[in-house]
Amino acid sequence: MTLVSAYRSSKELYLNLTLRELRSKYKRSFLGWAWSLVNPLANMAVYTVVFAYFLKAKPPPGINGLDVYALSLMCALLPWNFFSASVMGSIGTLVGNGPLIKKTYFPRQLLPAATVGAALVTHLIEMGLLIVVLVGFGDWQAATFLPFVLVLMAVNVMFSLGLGLLLSALNVYFRDIEHFMGIVLLVWLYMTPIIYPITSVPARFRTPLKANPMTEMSTAFRSVLYYGRLPSWSAFVYFLGWAVALLALGWWVFNKLQDGLAEEL
Amino acid sequence: MSGRVVVEATNVSKKFRLIHERNNSLKATILRGRRVVAEDFWALRDVSFGVKQGETFGLIGENGSGKSTMLKCLTRILTPNEGSVRVEGKVSALLELGAGFHPELSGRENVFLNGAILGLPQSELKKRFDEIVEFAGVGAFIDEPVKNYSSGMYVRLGFSVAINVDPDVLFVDEVLAVGDEAFMRKCNDKFTELRRAGKTIVLVSHGMSAVQNLCDRVAWFSHGQVMRIGPPKEVIDAYTDTVTVDRHVDEYGHPRWGSGEGRIVGVMWIDSDGEPTSRLHCGQPALLRMHYEMSEPIERPVFAVTFRTLGGFEVSTPSTRDVGCEPDKLDGPGHVDLRFDSLRLLPGTYEASFFLSDHARLHAYDVRRDLIRFDVEAGDGHETTGVAALGAQWTVIDESSP
Repeated sequence: MTLVSAYRSSKELYLNLTLRELRSKYKRSFLGWAWSLVNPLANMAVYTVVFAYFLKAKPPPGINGLDVYALSLMCALLPWNFFSASVMGSIGTLVGNGPLIKKTYFPRQLLPAATVGAALVTHLIEMGLLIVVLVGFGDWQAATFLPFVLVLMAVNVMFSLGLGLLLSALNVYFRDIEHFMGIVLLVWLYMTPIIYPITSVPARFRTPLKANPMTEMSTAFRSVLYYGRLPSWSAFVYFLGWAVALLALGWWVFNKLQDGLAEEL
Repeated sequence: MSGRVVVEATNVSKKFRLIHERNNSLKATILRGRRVVAEDFWALRDVSFGVKQGETFGLIGENGSGKSTMLKCLTRILTPNEGSVRVEGKVSALLELGAGFHPELSGRENVFLNGAILGLPQSELKKRFDEIVEFAGVGAFIDEPVKNYSSGMYVRLGFSVAINVDPDVLFVDEVLAVGDEAFMRKCNDKFTELRRAGKTIVLVSHGMSAVQNLCDRVAWFSHGQVMRIGPPKEVIDAYTDTVTVDRHVDEYGHPRWGSGEGRIVGVMWIDSDGEPTSRLHCGQPALLRMHYEMSEPIERPVFAVTFRTLGGFEVSTPSTRDVGCEPDKLDGPGHVDLRFDSLRLLPGTYEASFFLSDHARLHAYDVRRDLIRFDVEAGDGHETTGVAALGAQWTVIDESSP
């Protein structure tokens, strides 16, 4: 079964699972959906205070004289947050839906896919708002580059879904992954030029940093949104290559392991 | 009935690993050099059968015989290690009702979610929504989160969604006994309607009377193998003949506890000739015998038996203390008889739990929960629904004529 045919045959279930994820996430909380915006804003505030004011991080100015650390940060941090939320959410989703897996049959891939889908909905809203704010600051190119932003987001979805599928299935067998990935993602975030510009990294550390696909992800997002120019093709293809490979690997491993899920849970 | 085989199992074998030690973490796996210490257990061994379109097919057998595993293989929840299963048409399964419900979401949201899991298109769900809610009888609660539902409402809503999926093939696992009397009647009507509409039904049940009434053919499972397939009466008779009433379901995980100075070592139903029997009839005499073995003298022990329906409803718990049947001291082996002049249980399947305790009933020497399961068949009683035959007399006096 391919990804597309799995999706087509269970489109409605997929939409329902995604809706369930979205609806249940903020149920019984006072601010509800507003929380999905409070989080990135809090992130932005903390990083801006610590990195822009205390540590004097100074990214190169963007297009049309745009020079706001917080905006440069958000261009790369929002895609990262989507990735991180997708992966962390996917990891626990099979274990969390154990009763469902043990009692009903449906393509199990839908569970991590629904987690990614729900994160994507939040992400789309955040990115929409970010583009509005960027245009408000005079960076009208951010809006004209919208198709490229969507392409980058699609690649980011593939990357996140691939890792999500891989880790969600493995986590059923090794529950350590959940805890381990919390640390990995923290280290990974700091190993990626998101909260600091890559220009402030000493030259000899840039090559290993560039091997990190998320580096290319963040520079690509930032270049279309903040600097008003297309990312370098080689960087884009590198990120795309990782995304395709990870999705293929995740899909393959998930299919290998999914027959045993009902017994293992 | 077209005679086409729509559900087919071909040489299905399913292996489970009985896990003695599980290393669910990387550290333990690396330290121990292996992930699990386990031995294989074949829950199904080379099982083959086919169910024709429009047939109602029953799977019977003792606990742990593999019939539920078979059902899970047919519904693709489990994957057989060997052999294959084939099911044609749209499938719905009543394995655990409301399994897909999310407690924080409302009944309405859950109906749509659950319907989608079972493969019903949203457009179709919208059309049938009122019918589903009406059938479940949850009324105004439909917009409440399902965690506020009573367990009955929860199960009824789950059943209602599953049955309204309009499946070609329906798999049912021991859920015929849900809800109250009125709901059960509605369920039975629905089953009859589905059968009349030519749907194929595969069901697992312990209720022999239900199996006999509903099924066209029955397969009897024992230790993971099919012993016999055929007409219900024939197979059920063959099955009940081999099942000694004295089956200790303990090996299958039925709880047993107590300090053990005295033990209940065996229980059986005895017929009028003093022989063990599995034939019990409503309204006829019956005798339940409990063999005990005291390893040290026990003063004023109390024996009690709890009869429950499969749904867990306690019918009664007669005890020796209640009737002043109080031996001063017991030691060594012996037996206790519980005699029914007329068995007041209505036809159905029941479970009995046995208690051996001290006089104050505070200290348990031996408690064996749900030790036996037995069927009561129709007999002299003229009452039809419920659990107990009250045996009262009706009189109608017409006062209109002069």
